[in-house]
Amino acid sequence: MKKVAIAGLHIDKWFGENENKTYAVRDVNFEAFFGELLFIVGPSGSGKTTLLSILSGILKPDRGQVLVDNTDIWQWSQDALAEFRLNRIGFVFQDYHLFPKLTAAENVAIPLILKNKDWDEAIASAKEYLDIVGLKNKSELSPSKLSGGEQQRVAIARAMVSRPEILIFDEPTASLDGETGKRIIEFVKNEILSEHTCIIIVTHDNRIYSYADGIMHMEDGKIQRMEKSYAQ
Amino acid sequence: MNDRGKFFGLLMGVTFSVFLMTMMMSMFSGIISRASATIDNVGAKVWVLDPAVNNLQGGIPLPDYVLDYAKSLNGVAHAEPIYFGSALAKLHNGTYQAISVIGLDDSTLFGRPALIEGKIEDLFAENGFIVVKDAEFEKLGNPKIGSEFELNDFRVKIVGIADAKQSGLFGIPTLYTTYKRAITYIPTTRFRLSYVLIEPKADSEIPMIKAQIKKLGYEALTREEFIAKVSAFYKFKTGLGINIFLMTVISFIVGLSIAGQTFYTFIVENMEKFGALKAIGAKKRQLVLMVTTQATLTCILGYGLGVGLASSSIFIARANMPDYAARVIFFNLGLSFLLVLIIAAFSSFIGIRKVLKIQPFEIFRG
Repeated sequence: MKKVAIAGLHIDKWFGENENKTYAVRDVNFEAFFGELLFIVGPSGSGKTTLLSILSGILKPDRGQVLVDNTDIWQWSQDALAEFRLNRIGFVFQDYHLFPKLTAAENVAIPLILKNKDWDEAIASAKEYLDIVGLKNKSELSPSKLSGGEQQRVAIARAMVSRPEILIFDEPTASLDGETGKRIIEFVKNEILSEHTCIIIVTHDNRIYSYADGIMHMEDGKIQRMEKSYAQ
Repeated sequence: MNDRGKFFGLLMGVTFSVFLMTMMMSMFSGIISRASATIDNVGAKVWVLDPAVNNLQGGIPLPDYVLDYAKSLNGVAHAEPIYFGSALAKLHNGTYQAISVIGLDDSTLFGRPALIEGKIEDLFAENGFIVVKDAEFEKLGNPKIGSEFELNDFRVKIVGIADAKQSGLFGIPTLYTTYKRAITYIPTTRFRLSYVLIEPKADSEIPMIKAQIKKLGYEALTREEFIAKVSAFYKFKTGLGINIFLMTVISFIVGLSIAGQTFYTFIVENMEKFGALKAIGAKKRQLVLMVTTQATLTCILGYGLGVGLASSSIFIARANMPDYAARVIFFNLGLSFLLVLIIAAFSSFIGIRKVLKIQPFEIFRG
Protein backbone atom coordinates (compact mmCIF):
# COMPACT_ATOMS: atom_id res chain seq x y z
CA MET A 1 0.00 0.00 0.00
CA LYS A 2 1.55 3.30 -1.08
CA LYS A 3 1.38 6.31 1.21
CA VAL A 4 -0.34 9.47 0.01
CA ALA A 5 2.13 12.32 -0.52
CA ILE A 6 -0.36 15.04 -1.45
CA ALA A 7 -4.06 15.06 -2.19
CA GLY A 8 -6.57 17.52 -3.59
CA LEU A 9 -10.17 17.56 -2.35
CA HIS A 10 -12.87 19.37 -4.36
CA ILE A 11 -10.52 22.10 -5.47
CA ASP A 12 -12.10 25.06 -7.23
CA LYS A 13 -10.31 28.12 -8.49
CA TRP A 14 -11.98 30.86 -10.43
CA PHE A 15 -11.04 34.28 -11.71
CA GLY A 16 -13.41 37.26 -12.06
CA GLU A 17 -16.81 37.70 -10.47
CA ASN A 18 -20.47 37.28 -11.48
CA GLU A 19 -20.89 37.09 -15.25
CA ASN A 20 -17.10 37.36 -15.74
CA LYS A 21 -16.43 34.41 -13.44
CA THR A 22 -14.26 31.83 -15.18
CA TYR A 23 -13.26 28.53 -13.59
CA ALA A 24 -9.58 27.67 -13.99
CA VAL A 25 -9.89 24.54 -11.85
CA ARG A 26 -13.21 22.87 -11.04
CA ASP A 27 -13.89 20.19 -8.46
CA VAL A 28 -10.50 18.50 -8.73
CA ASN A 29 -10.02 15.41 -6.57
CA PHE A 30 -6.89 13.32 -6.72
CA GLU A 31 -4.15 11.65 -4.72
CA ALA A 32 -0.43 11.46 -5.51
CA PHE A 33 1.63 8.78 -3.79
CA PHE A 34 5.20 8.44 -2.65
CA GLY A 35 7.20 6.54 -5.26
CA GLU A 36 4.87 7.77 -7.98
CA LEU A 37 5.71 9.76 -11.10
CA LEU A 38 2.45 11.56 -11.81
CA PHE A 39 1.91 13.51 -15.00
CA ILE A 40 -0.69 16.24 -15.26
CA VAL A 41 -1.44 16.63 -18.95
CA GLY A 42 -3.81 18.57 -21.08
CA PRO A 43 -4.03 21.34 -23.64
CA SER A 44 -3.04 24.93 -22.91
CA GLY A 45 -5.59 26.63 -20.66
CA SER A 46 -6.80 23.37 -19.17
CA GLY A 47 -5.82 24.44 -15.64
CA LYS A 48 -2.62 22.41 -15.18
CA THR A 49 -0.45 25.32 -14.08
CA THR A 50 -3.16 26.73 -11.82
CA LEU A 51 -3.57 23.35 -10.15
CA LEU A 52 0.21 23.06 -9.76
CA SER A 53 0.32 26.48 -8.08
CA ILE A 54 -2.50 25.51 -5.72
CA LEU A 55 -0.84 22.21 -4.79
CA SER A 56 2.47 23.88 -4.07
CA GLY A 57 1.05 26.50 -1.72
CA ILE A 58 1.49 29.43 -4.08
CA LEU A 59 -2.06 30.18 -5.26
CA LYS A 60 -4.94 29.92 -2.82
CA PRO A 61 -7.93 27.91 -4.06
CA ASP A 62 -11.39 29.47 -3.77
CA ARG A 63 -12.77 26.20 -2.50
CA GLY A 64 -11.46 22.80 -1.47
CA GLN A 65 -8.42 21.50 0.35
CA VAL A 66 -4.86 20.44 -0.37
CA LEU A 67 -3.91 17.74 2.10
CA VAL A 68 -0.39 16.94 3.20
CA ASP A 69 -0.08 14.65 6.24
CA ASN A 70 -3.88 14.91 6.46
CA THR A 71 -3.64 18.65 7.04
CA ASP A 72 -5.01 21.29 4.72
CA ILE A 73 -1.98 23.40 3.81
CA TRP A 74 -4.22 26.37 3.04
CA GLN A 75 -5.01 26.67 6.73
CA TRP A 76 -1.38 27.57 7.33
CA SER A 77 0.11 31.07 7.57
CA GLN A 78 2.08 32.58 4.68
CA ASP A 79 5.33 31.91 6.54
CA ALA A 80 4.35 28.30 7.18
CA LEU A 81 3.51 27.89 3.48
CA ALA A 82 6.91 29.36 2.55
CA GLU A 83 8.51 26.94 5.00
CA PHE A 84 6.51 24.10 3.42
CA ARG A 85 7.73 25.03 -0.07
CA LEU A 86 11.30 25.40 1.13
CA ASN A 87 11.49 22.11 3.01
CA ARG A 88 9.03 19.74 1.40
CA ILE A 89 8.64 20.84 -2.20
CA GLY A 90 11.23 21.14 -4.93
CA PHE A 91 10.43 23.16 -8.04
CA VAL A 92 11.86 22.82 -11.51
CA PHE A 93 10.49 25.72 -13.49
CA GLN A 94 9.85 25.64 -17.20
CA ASP A 95 12.43 28.39 -17.82
CA TYR A 96 14.66 27.10 -15.00
CA HIS A 97 14.93 30.62 -13.49
CA LEU A 98 18.60 30.23 -12.72
CA PHE A 99 20.47 33.34 -11.55
CA PRO A 100 22.82 34.32 -14.39
CA LYS A 101 25.51 35.95 -12.24
CA LEU A 102 25.77 32.99 -9.86
CA THR A 103 27.70 29.82 -10.57
CA ALA A 104 25.89 26.50 -10.98
CA ALA A 105 26.85 25.55 -7.41
CA GLU A 106 25.63 28.88 -6.02
CA ASN A 107 22.33 28.49 -7.88
CA VAL A 108 21.87 25.03 -6.41
CA ALA A 109 22.73 26.30 -2.93
CA ILE A 110 19.94 28.92 -2.92
CA PRO A 111 17.35 26.83 -0.97
CA LEU A 112 19.99 26.03 1.66
CA ILE A 113 20.99 29.69 1.95
CA LEU A 114 17.30 30.54 2.42
CA LYS A 115 17.34 27.97 5.23
CA ASN A 116 20.20 29.96 6.81
CA LYS A 117 22.74 27.20 6.23
CA ASP A 118 26.39 28.21 6.42
CA TRP A 119 27.62 29.33 2.97
CA ASP A 120 30.49 26.82 2.71
CA GLU A 121 28.29 23.94 3.84
CA ALA A 122 25.60 24.97 1.38
CA ILE A 123 28.08 25.09 -1.51
CA ALA A 124 29.51 21.70 -0.51
CA SER A 125 26.00 20.17 -0.49
CA ALA A 126 25.21 21.88 -3.79
CA LYS A 127 28.30 20.29 -5.35
CA GLU A 128 27.19 16.86 -4.12
CA TYR A 129 23.86 17.29 -5.89
CA LEU A 130 25.53 18.60 -9.03
CA ASP A 131 27.56 15.39 -8.93
CA ILE A 132 24.30 13.39 -8.73
CA VAL A 133 22.94 15.15 -11.83
CA GLY A 134 26.26 14.61 -13.64
CA LEU A 135 27.59 18.14 -13.52
CA LYS A 136 30.39 17.71 -11.02
CA ASN A 137 32.94 19.44 -13.25
CA LYS A 138 30.70 22.34 -14.12
CA SER A 139 29.88 23.60 -10.65
CA GLU A 140 31.87 26.82 -11.11
CA LEU A 141 30.35 27.74 -14.46
CA SER A 142 27.63 30.31 -14.83
CA PRO A 143 24.31 29.16 -16.39
CA SER A 144 25.09 30.96 -19.65
CA LYS A 145 28.04 28.59 -20.16
CA LEU A 146 25.79 25.53 -19.88
CA SER A 147 23.59 23.88 -22.49
CA GLY A 148 19.79 23.77 -22.11
CA GLY A 149 19.93 20.19 -20.81
CA GLU A 150 22.66 21.10 -18.33
CA GLN A 151 20.71 24.11 -17.10
CA GLN A 152 17.75 21.78 -16.60
CA ARG A 153 19.96 19.51 -14.51
CA VAL A 154 21.16 22.47 -12.41
CA ALA A 155 17.50 23.34 -11.81
CA ILE A 156 16.83 19.71 -10.82
CA ALA A 157 19.80 19.75 -8.43
CA ARG A 158 18.43 22.97 -6.91
CA ALA A 159 15.02 21.33 -6.47
CA MET A 160 16.60 18.28 -4.82
CA VAL A 161 19.18 19.93 -2.58
CA SER A 162 16.84 20.42 0.38
CA ARG A 163 15.67 16.79 0.03
CA PRO A 164 11.99 17.54 -0.54
CA GLU A 165 9.31 14.85 -0.52
CA ILE A 166 7.48 16.29 -3.48
CA LEU A 167 9.17 17.41 -6.67
CA ILE A 168 7.22 19.53 -9.11
CA PHE A 169 8.34 19.90 -12.72
CA ASP A 170 6.66 22.46 -14.93
CA GLU A 171 6.95 21.51 -18.60
CA PRO A 172 10.44 20.03 -18.14
CA THR A 173 10.89 19.10 -21.78
CA ALA A 174 9.37 22.21 -23.37
CA SER A 175 12.70 23.95 -23.96
CA LEU A 176 14.67 20.83 -24.84
CA ASP A 177 15.08 18.81 -28.02
CA GLY A 178 13.36 15.42 -28.06
CA GLU A 179 16.42 13.35 -27.23
CA THR A 180 17.59 15.58 -24.35
CA GLY A 181 14.05 15.75 -22.97
CA LYS A 182 13.82 11.98 -22.98
CA ARG A 183 17.18 11.63 -21.23
CA ILE A 184 16.09 14.10 -18.54
CA ILE A 185 12.88 12.20 -17.82
CA GLU A 186 14.77 8.88 -17.76
CA PHE A 187 17.20 10.43 -15.33
CA VAL A 188 14.37 11.73 -13.14
CA LYS A 189 12.62 8.39 -13.11
CA ASN A 190 15.71 6.24 -12.57
CA GLU A 191 17.86 8.43 -10.34
CA ILE A 192 15.56 10.74 -8.43
CA LEU A 193 12.28 8.95 -7.91
CA SER A 194 12.35 6.83 -4.76
CA GLU A 195 9.87 5.43 -2.30
CA HIS A 196 10.30 8.61 -0.26
CA THR A 197 9.54 11.03 -3.08
CA CYS A 198 6.60 11.88 -5.24
CA ILE A 199 7.21 13.61 -8.54
CA ILE A 200 4.50 15.61 -10.28
CA ILE A 201 5.19 16.71 -13.83
CA VAL A 202 3.04 19.10 -15.79
CA THR A 203 3.50 18.50 -19.49
CA HIS A 204 1.77 18.29 -22.81
CA ASP A 205 4.69 16.45 -24.42
CA ASN A 206 3.10 13.08 -25.28
CA ARG A 207 6.51 11.61 -26.22
CA ILE A 208 7.29 11.15 -22.53
CA TYR A 209 3.90 9.82 -21.33
CA SER A 210 5.30 6.30 -21.28
CA TYR A 211 7.50 7.14 -18.29
CA ALA A 212 4.54 8.04 -16.05
CA ASP A 213 3.13 5.89 -13.26
CA GLY A 214 -0.05 7.91 -13.40
CA ILE A 215 -1.48 10.41 -15.86
CA MET A 216 -4.11 12.94 -14.91
CA HIS A 217 -5.82 14.31 -18.03
CA MET A 218 -7.25 17.79 -17.56
CA GLU A 219 -9.52 19.85 -19.74
CA ASP A 220 -11.44 23.05 -18.95
CA GLY A 221 -10.22 22.90 -15.35
CA LYS A 222 -11.61 19.43 -14.70
CA ILE A 223 -10.02 16.02 -14.50
CA GLN A 224 -11.27 14.19 -17.56
CA ARG A 225 -9.71 10.89 -16.62
CA MET A 226 -7.00 9.43 -14.42
CA GLU A 227 -4.78 6.59 -15.65
CA LYS A 228 -2.71 4.62 -13.17
CA SER A 229 -0.23 2.03 -14.37
CA TYR A 230 -0.23 0.13 -11.09
CA ALA A 231 -2.65 -0.91 -8.37
CA GLN A 232 -2.65 1.36 -5.26
CA MET B 1 22.37 43.39 -7.76
CA ASN B 2 23.01 40.98 -10.54
CA ASP B 3 23.48 43.91 -12.94
CA ARG B 4 26.80 45.72 -12.98
CA GLY B 5 25.57 48.61 -15.14
CA LYS B 6 22.69 49.45 -12.83
CA PHE B 7 24.84 49.04 -9.77
CA PHE B 8 27.32 51.59 -11.07
CA GLY B 9 24.49 53.88 -12.19
CA LEU B 10 22.97 53.74 -8.72
CA LEU B 11 26.35 54.15 -7.06
CA MET B 12 27.20 57.18 -9.19
CA GLY B 13 23.80 58.73 -8.51
CA VAL B 14 24.17 58.38 -4.75
CA THR B 15 27.81 59.48 -4.85
CA PHE B 16 26.95 62.60 -6.85
CA SER B 17 24.06 63.41 -4.54
CA VAL B 18 26.18 62.98 -1.39
CA PHE B 19 28.96 65.02 -2.99
CA LEU B 20 26.56 67.89 -3.68
CA MET B 21 24.87 67.70 -0.27
CA THR B 22 28.20 67.58 1.58
CA MET B 23 29.61 70.45 -0.49
CA MET B 24 26.54 72.61 0.14
CA MET B 25 26.50 71.95 3.88
CA SER B 26 30.27 72.39 4.14
CA MET B 27 30.11 75.72 2.34
CA PHE B 28 27.29 76.85 4.58
CA SER B 29 29.13 75.70 7.65
CA GLY B 30 32.30 77.46 6.49
CA ILE B 31 30.46 80.70 5.79
CA ILE B 32 28.63 80.66 9.12
CA SER B 33 31.85 79.89 10.93
CA ARG B 34 33.69 82.77 9.22
CA ALA B 35 30.83 85.17 9.89
CA SER B 36 31.62 84.96 13.58
CA ALA B 37 35.37 84.42 13.23
CA THR B 38 36.23 87.76 14.86
CA ILE B 39 34.11 87.01 17.94
CA ASP B 40 36.13 83.84 18.35
CA ASN B 41 39.43 85.58 17.63
CA VAL B 42 38.81 88.37 20.15
CA GLY B 43 37.98 85.75 22.75
CA ALA B 44 36.04 87.86 25.31
CA LYS B 45 33.66 85.89 27.52
CA VAL B 46 30.82 88.41 27.47
CA TRP B 47 29.89 91.00 24.83
CA VAL B 48 27.61 93.98 25.45
CA LEU B 49 25.72 95.19 22.41
CA ASP B 50 22.59 96.93 21.22
CA PRO B 51 19.77 94.34 21.06
CA ALA B 52 19.19 95.30 17.41
CA VAL B 53 22.67 94.11 16.40
CA ASN B 54 22.51 90.84 14.51
CA ASN B 55 25.95 90.58 12.97
CA LEU B 56 29.36 91.75 14.05
CA GLN B 57 29.92 94.19 11.20
CA GLY B 58 26.50 95.73 11.67
CA GLY B 59 27.32 97.01 15.17
CA ILE B 60 25.30 99.93 16.52
CA PRO B 61 27.64 102.26 18.45
CA LEU B 62 27.01 102.43 22.20
CA PRO B 63 27.17 105.52 24.40
CA ASP B 64 30.19 105.61 26.71
CA TYR B 65 28.04 105.29 29.83
CA VAL B 66 27.39 101.65 28.93
CA LEU B 67 31.10 101.01 29.42
CA ASP B 68 31.09 102.85 32.75
CA TYR B 69 27.98 100.98 33.86
CA ALA B 70 29.52 97.62 32.93
CA LYS B 71 32.70 98.49 34.86
CA SER B 72 30.61 99.33 37.92
CA LEU B 73 28.87 95.95 38.11
CA ASN B 74 29.86 93.73 41.03
CA GLY B 75 30.47 90.51 39.12
CA VAL B 76 32.69 92.16 36.50
CA ALA B 77 36.45 91.69 36.80
CA HIS B 78 37.05 94.25 34.09
CA ALA B 79 35.20 95.72 31.12
CA GLU B 80 36.89 97.22 28.08
CA PRO B 81 35.80 99.00 24.93
CA ILE B 82 36.37 97.64 21.46
CA TYR B 83 35.96 99.38 18.15
CA PHE B 84 35.12 97.75 14.81
CA GLY B 85 35.39 99.80 11.66
CA SER B 86 36.31 99.58 8.05
CA ALA B 87 38.35 101.82 5.80
CA LEU B 88 40.34 101.94 2.58
CA ALA B 89 44.07 101.48 2.72
CA LYS B 90 46.25 102.96 -0.01
CA LEU B 91 49.08 100.56 -0.69
CA HIS B 92 52.58 101.35 -1.90
CA ASN B 93 51.72 100.39 -5.46
CA GLY B 94 48.93 102.98 -5.46
CA THR B 95 46.05 100.54 -5.26
CA TYR B 96 43.32 100.72 -2.62
CA GLN B 97 42.31 97.83 -0.44
CA ALA B 98 39.34 97.67 1.88
CA ILE B 99 40.38 96.73 5.41
CA SER B 100 38.75 95.94 8.70
CA VAL B 101 40.15 97.77 11.73
CA ILE B 102 39.76 96.63 15.32
CA GLY B 103 40.58 99.13 18.06
CA LEU B 104 41.62 97.62 21.40
CA ASP B 105 41.46 99.34 24.77
CA ASP B 106 44.57 101.52 25.07
CA SER B 107 45.51 100.46 28.55
CA THR B 108 44.77 96.73 28.56
CA LEU B 109 44.70 95.78 24.85
CA PHE B 110 41.94 93.34 25.89
CA GLY B 111 40.97 91.08 23.01
CA ARG B 112 44.43 91.25 21.46
CA PRO B 113 45.47 88.51 19.09
CA ALA B 114 48.35 86.07 19.54
CA LEU B 115 51.42 87.40 17.74
CA ILE B 116 53.56 85.41 15.35
CA GLU B 117 56.05 88.24 14.93
CA GLY B 118 56.69 91.47 16.80
CA LYS B 119 55.91 92.66 20.32
CA ILE B 120 52.46 93.70 21.53
CA GLU B 121 53.79 96.81 23.30
CA ASP B 122 54.94 98.16 19.93
CA LEU B 123 51.28 98.80 19.24
CA PHE B 124 51.69 101.91 21.40
CA ALA B 125 54.39 103.21 19.04
CA GLU B 126 53.45 105.93 16.61
CA ASN B 127 51.11 104.70 13.83
CA GLY B 128 51.47 101.15 15.15
CA PHE B 129 49.20 98.49 13.69
CA ILE B 130 49.19 94.71 13.84
CA VAL B 131 48.14 92.82 10.74
CA VAL B 132 46.41 89.44 10.95
CA LYS B 133 48.05 86.72 8.88
CA ASP B 134 44.92 85.09 7.55
CA ALA B 135 43.71 84.19 4.07
CA GLU B 136 43.46 87.90 3.19
CA PHE B 137 46.96 88.82 4.35
CA GLU B 138 48.45 88.84 0.86
CA LYS B 139 45.94 91.47 -0.27
CA LEU B 140 48.08 94.00 1.62
CA GLY B 141 51.13 92.87 -0.37
CA ASN B 142 52.34 90.38 2.25
CA PRO B 143 53.45 93.11 4.69
CA LYS B 144 56.39 92.59 7.03
CA ILE B 145 57.24 94.35 10.30
CA GLY B 146 58.10 97.88 9.29
CA SER B 147 55.89 97.87 6.18
CA GLU B 148 53.91 101.05 5.72
CA PHE B 149 50.81 102.19 3.87
CA GLU B 150 48.20 104.93 4.13
CA LEU B 151 44.81 104.92 5.86
CA ASN B 152 42.71 108.06 5.37
CA ASP B 153 45.92 110.01 4.83
CA PHE B 154 47.34 108.66 8.08
CA ARG B 155 50.45 106.56 8.03
CA VAL B 156 50.10 102.94 9.10
CA LYS B 157 53.18 101.09 10.25
CA ILE B 158 53.09 97.34 10.79
CA VAL B 159 54.60 96.49 14.18
CA GLY B 160 53.41 92.94 14.53
CA ILE B 161 51.93 90.01 12.66
CA ALA B 162 49.16 88.13 14.40
CA ASP B 163 47.75 84.67 14.10
CA ALA B 164 44.02 84.14 13.62
CA LYS B 165 41.98 81.05 14.45
CA GLN B 166 40.16 81.59 11.19
CA SER B 167 39.63 84.18 8.47
CA GLY B 168 36.65 86.48 8.24
CA LEU B 169 33.74 86.20 5.87
CA PHE B 170 34.13 89.29 3.73
CA GLY B 171 37.53 88.69 2.22
CA ILE B 172 39.23 91.79 3.59
CA PRO B 173 42.42 91.99 5.69
CA THR B 174 42.16 92.78 9.41
CA LEU B 175 44.33 95.24 11.33
CA TYR B 176 44.50 95.78 15.07
CA THR B 177 45.44 99.03 16.69
CA THR B 178 44.60 100.96 19.85
CA TYR B 179 41.07 102.18 20.44
CA LYS B 180 42.03 105.85 20.40
CA ARG B 181 44.07 105.54 17.21
CA ALA B 182 41.25 103.64 15.50
CA ILE B 183 38.66 106.30 16.22
CA THR B 184 41.13 108.99 15.22
CA TYR B 185 42.04 107.43 11.87
CA ILE B 186 38.53 106.36 10.89
CA PRO B 187 35.58 108.75 10.69
CA THR B 188 32.94 107.80 13.24
CA THR B 189 29.41 108.65 14.31
CA ARG B 190 28.46 110.44 17.56
CA PHE B 191 28.95 107.26 19.57
CA ARG B 192 32.10 105.33 18.78
CA LEU B 193 32.06 102.37 21.11
CA SER B 194 31.19 99.28 19.03
CA TYR B 195 30.99 96.76 21.86
CA VAL B 196 31.93 96.42 25.50
CA LEU B 197 33.93 93.33 26.33
CA ILE B 198 33.45 91.95 29.83
CA GLU B 199 35.58 89.52 31.78
CA PRO B 200 33.40 88.28 34.69
CA LYS B 201 34.91 87.48 38.06
CA ALA B 202 33.40 83.99 37.69
CA ASP B 203 31.19 82.28 35.12
CA SER B 204 28.47 82.11 37.76
CA GLU B 205 28.29 85.92 37.64
CA ILE B 206 27.27 85.95 33.97
CA PRO B 207 23.47 85.65 34.54
CA MET B 208 23.58 88.55 36.96
CA ILE B 209 25.65 90.65 34.54
CA LYS B 210 23.19 89.86 31.74
CA ALA B 211 20.26 90.89 33.91
CA GLN B 212 21.90 94.16 34.96
CA ILE B 213 22.84 95.09 31.38
CA LYS B 214 19.30 94.29 30.27
CA LYS B 215 17.96 96.81 32.79
CA LEU B 216 19.93 99.45 30.90
CA GLY B 217 18.22 98.49 27.64
CA TYR B 218 21.20 96.67 26.19
CA GLU B 219 22.10 93.04 25.78
CA ALA B 220 24.97 91.02 27.26
CA LEU B 221 25.74 87.81 25.43
CA THR B 222 28.30 85.13 26.08
CA ARG B 223 30.69 84.43 23.23
CA GLU B 224 28.69 81.31 22.27
CA GLU B 225 25.38 83.21 22.37
CA PHE B 226 26.77 86.00 20.21
CA ILE B 227 28.11 83.45 17.68
CA ALA B 228 24.69 81.75 17.69
CA LYS B 229 22.96 85.10 17.12
CA VAL B 230 25.23 85.92 14.17
CA SER B 231 24.72 82.41 12.75
CA ALA B 232 20.96 82.76 13.09
CA PHE B 233 21.10 86.05 11.22
CA TYR B 234 22.93 84.52 8.27
CA LYS B 235 20.75 81.41 8.34
CA PHE B 236 17.36 83.01 8.59
CA LYS B 237 17.62 86.70 7.75
CA THR B 238 19.73 86.59 4.62
CA GLY B 239 19.13 84.57 1.44
CA LEU B 240 22.18 82.49 2.25
CA GLY B 241 20.51 79.94 4.50
CA ILE B 242 17.46 79.35 2.33
CA ASN B 243 19.49 79.18 -0.90
CA ILE B 244 21.91 76.64 0.45
CA PHE B 245 19.06 74.75 2.07
CA LEU B 246 17.28 74.62 -1.31
CA MET B 247 20.43 73.45 -3.07
CA THR B 248 20.85 70.73 -0.47
CA VAL B 249 17.23 69.69 -0.90
CA ILE B 250 17.66 69.62 -4.69
CA SER B 251 20.80 67.48 -4.34
CA PHE B 252 18.85 65.17 -2.04
CA ILE B 253 15.98 64.94 -4.52
CA VAL B 254 18.43 64.21 -7.36
CA GLY B 255 19.92 61.37 -5.32
CA LEU B 256 16.51 60.14 -4.28
CA SER B 257 15.24 60.16 -7.87
CA ILE B 258 18.28 58.45 -9.38
CA ALA B 259 18.50 55.84 -6.64
CA GLY B 260 14.74 55.24 -6.53
CA GLN B 261 14.35 55.03 -10.31
CA THR B 262 17.40 52.79 -10.82
CA PHE B 263 16.46 50.51 -7.98
CA TYR B 264 12.86 50.28 -9.15
CA THR B 265 14.00 49.40 -12.69
CA PHE B 266 16.31 46.77 -11.26
CA ILE B 267 13.45 45.24 -9.30
CA VAL B 268 11.08 45.27 -12.27
CA GLU B 269 13.70 43.66 -14.51
CA ASN B 270 14.33 40.94 -11.95
CA MET B 271 10.73 40.28 -11.01
CA GLU B 272 10.85 36.70 -12.20
CA LYS B 273 13.97 36.03 -10.09
CA PHE B 274 12.22 37.34 -6.99
CA GLY B 275 9.16 35.33 -8.00
CA ALA B 276 11.30 32.21 -8.27
CA LEU B 277 12.79 32.87 -4.83
CA LYS B 278 9.30 33.32 -3.42
CA ALA B 279 8.15 30.07 -5.03
CA ILE B 280 11.19 28.21 -3.72
CA GLY B 281 10.29 29.32 -0.20
CA ALA B 282 11.86 32.69 0.53
CA LYS B 283 9.89 34.38 3.29
CA LYS B 284 8.76 37.99 3.13
CA ARG B 285 11.32 39.09 5.70
CA GLN B 286 14.11 37.42 3.74
CA LEU B 287 13.11 39.26 0.57
CA VAL B 288 12.77 42.51 2.50
CA LEU B 289 16.23 41.98 4.01
CA MET B 290 17.66 41.15 0.59
CA VAL B 291 16.31 44.32 -1.03
CA THR B 292 17.13 46.53 1.96
CA THR B 293 20.67 45.20 2.22
CA GLN B 294 21.35 45.85 -1.46
CA ALA B 295 19.96 49.38 -1.31
CA THR B 296 21.66 50.21 1.99
CA LEU B 297 25.08 48.84 1.02
CA THR B 298 25.00 50.70 -2.28
CA CYS B 299 23.95 53.91 -0.56
CA ILE B 300 26.60 53.58 2.15
CA LEU B 301 29.24 52.92 -0.49
CA GLY B 302 27.98 55.96 -2.40
CA TYR B 303 28.09 57.95 0.84
CA GLY B 304 31.73 57.02 1.41
CA LEU B 305 32.66 57.92 -2.15
CA GLY B 306 30.65 61.16 -2.07
CA VAL B 307 32.12 62.31 1.24
CA GLY B 308 35.61 61.34 0.07
CA LEU B 309 35.14 63.27 -3.15
CA ALA B 310 33.74 66.34 -1.34
CA SER B 311 36.51 66.30 1.29
CA SER B 312 39.20 65.96 -1.39
CA SER B 313 37.66 68.79 -3.41
CA ILE B 314 37.52 71.05 -0.35
CA PHE B 315 41.08 70.14 0.62
CA ILE B 316 42.38 70.94 -2.88
CA ALA B 317 40.31 74.12 -3.10
CA ARG B 318 41.56 75.38 0.28
CA ALA B 319 45.14 74.61 -0.66
CA ASN B 320 44.80 76.73 -3.78
CA MET B 321 42.26 79.36 -2.69
CA PRO B 322 42.80 80.59 0.87
CA ASP B 323 39.45 82.44 0.77
CA TYR B 324 37.53 79.22 0.19
CA ALA B 325 35.18 78.99 3.14
CA ALA B 326 33.92 75.39 3.06
CA ARG B 327 34.71 73.12 5.97
CA VAL B 328 33.69 69.54 6.65
CA ILE B 329 32.36 68.99 10.16
CA PHE B 330 30.95 65.90 11.83
CA PHE B 331 27.46 67.38 12.00
CA ASN B 332 27.40 67.77 8.20
CA LEU B 333 28.72 64.26 7.71
CA GLY B 334 26.05 62.97 10.07
CA LEU B 335 23.32 64.89 8.28
CA SER B 336 24.51 63.63 4.87
CA PHE B 337 24.52 60.09 6.28
CA LEU B 338 20.98 60.55 7.57
CA LEU B 339 19.84 61.82 4.15
CA VAL B 340 21.57 58.89 2.45
CA LEU B 341 19.79 56.50 4.79
CA ILE B 342 16.51 58.16 3.76
CA ILE B 343 17.47 57.59 0.10
CA ALA B 344 18.24 53.94 0.93
CA ALA B 345 14.98 53.58 2.84
CA PHE B 346 12.97 55.15 0.01
CA SER B 347 14.66 52.98 -2.64
CA SER B 348 14.14 49.90 -0.50
CA PHE B 349 10.52 50.83 0.13
CA ILE B 350 9.55 51.11 -3.54
CA GLY B 351 11.54 47.95 -4.30
CA ILE B 352 9.99 46.02 -1.42
CA ARG B 353 6.47 47.07 -2.38
CA LYS B 354 7.02 45.66 -5.84
CA VAL B 355 8.74 42.48 -4.64
CA LEU B 356 6.05 41.69 -2.10
CA LYS B 357 3.35 42.08 -4.73
CA ILE B 358 4.99 39.58 -7.08
CA GLN B 359 2.83 36.52 -7.52
CA PRO B 360 5.11 33.48 -7.83
CA PHE B 361 2.19 31.89 -9.66
CA GLU B 362 3.14 34.09 -12.63
CA ILE B 363 6.50 32.43 -13.10
CA PHE B 364 4.85 29.06 -13.78
CA ARG B 365 3.41 30.63 -16.88
CA GLY B 366 6.95 30.96 -18.24
